[in-house]
Amino acid sequence: MKHLLEVRGISKEYPTKPALRNVSFTIERGRTLGIIGPSGSGKTTLLRLTNLLETPTSGEIIFDGTSLSRADEVKVRRRMTMVFQNPVVFKRSVYENVAYGLRIRREKEDNVRKRVKEALDMVGLAGFERRAATTLSGGEAQRVVLARAIVVEPELLLLDEPTANLDPANVTLMENVISTINKTKGTTIIMATHTMFQAERLTDEAGFLLEGELVEMGETKEVFGKPKDPRTRAFIKGEMVY
Amino acid sequence: MLLSLRVSGTATLSAALTAIPFGAIIGLREFPGRRLLINVINTLMGLPPVVVGLVVYLLLSSRGWLGPLNLLYTPTAMIIAQLVMCVPIVAGITISSVRSVEKRVVDSAKTMGATTWQISWTILSEARTGLLTAVITAFGAAISEVGAIMIVGGNIQYYTRALTTAIVLQTRMGEFGLALALGIILLALSFAVNLVLTHLQLREVR
Repeated sequence: MKHLLEVRGISKEYPTKPALRNVSFTIERGRTLGIIGPSGSGKTTLLRLTNLLETPTSGEIIFDGTSLSRADEVKVRRRMTMVFQNPVVFKRSVYENVAYGLRIRREKEDNVRKRVKEALDMVGLAGFERRAATTLSGGEAQRVVLARAIVVEPELLLLDEPTANLDPANVTLMENVISTINKTKGTTIIMATHTMFQAERLTDEAGFLLEGELVEMGETKEVFGKPKDPRTRAFIKGEMVY
Repeated sequence: MLLSLRVSGTATLSAALTAIPFGAIIGLREFPGRRLLINVINTLMGLPPVVVGLVVYLLLSSRGWLGPLNLLYTPTAMIIAQLVMCVPIVAGITISSVRSVEKRVVDSAKTMGATTWQISWTILSEARTGLLTAVITAFGAAISEVGAIMIVGGNIQYYTRALTTAIVLQTRMGEFGLALALGIILLALSFAVNLVLTHLQLREVR
């Protein structure tokens, strides 16, 4: 199987502190990867680097055979979308929010209508089309953002703690959607989360990130069942103080 | 009344068409001297109309650079003066509205695969309430202004006499009743135009 994404020795340093140290891993098409780790461990930075929102200090990321440092960023981003921890909706209707990615790709109107409807049905927001997105609750807004990200059928979906601030009902709904699109569309997913249970429920593989270092990575069951590194074990047992 | 509306309307509209793109570029791009330029624009936002009138007068007078165009004491001269006044107002408010669009909104547009142009367009669309404020403020300044159009228009009856300059004239002649009536008309006119613009603005916010 061909790697969709290959991260080779990525480091990222901010003026105040290093965010990532020599991180390497690969993910194959159609798989789901959970990046777990405490707050501030570099999960967000890793996703932002992949989405070309930031550039690494050293190392390179190869997406579908092409190094991101040489790639056309718009072309790359049109094959992957990212959902941030806090929902960011545009000051438009729910419909226009979800249609955003299709409009900038100049999709035909009847196609836009059809796909927006499908996406809204999927996230349980049918009937919300004409609502102003800025008036939605946090959970609804995050579902709009998820619909906006999946409506363009990305090859890679980057999720940065997408359910961190949501109530349990919304978490379940979001998780179902994430799992469904992976299974039905074969979308590759990288998901940052600080809850191991979510990683366990949703991901094939898991990586444990601590202070910018990828401590351990493998099949989710293995990482959680038989962690090799004592730090991973401590995190899983909830003994880690951070 | 129609002259006031035509002059200030044209000046505001032309200012919006030129200063919104201009302000957007300054607000969105980083370049050397940007901070200084923003300071200059903010200073010009408070430009005294009389000074604008004087400068435009000097430019349009027969010895000025634009003298050969024979525009002095015409409605066009009045539009030019008000345009000069409105451009910094519209540009200044555009810059601040564009810059107040959050970075995470810009990131969201980026992550959806928007091109530079599409990102700029999205930012303008997010800032549209502020852009309407810019237009409302500019129109308010233009329609109520008297110093500049008095100097470059000359307050000629049936030609360059606007509501504000007519009020000045009637007051000087002791026709206070008429002056007050014109004042009320001016307010009503301004109110009507703002009603439309504010309706647009609030519809967007909702």
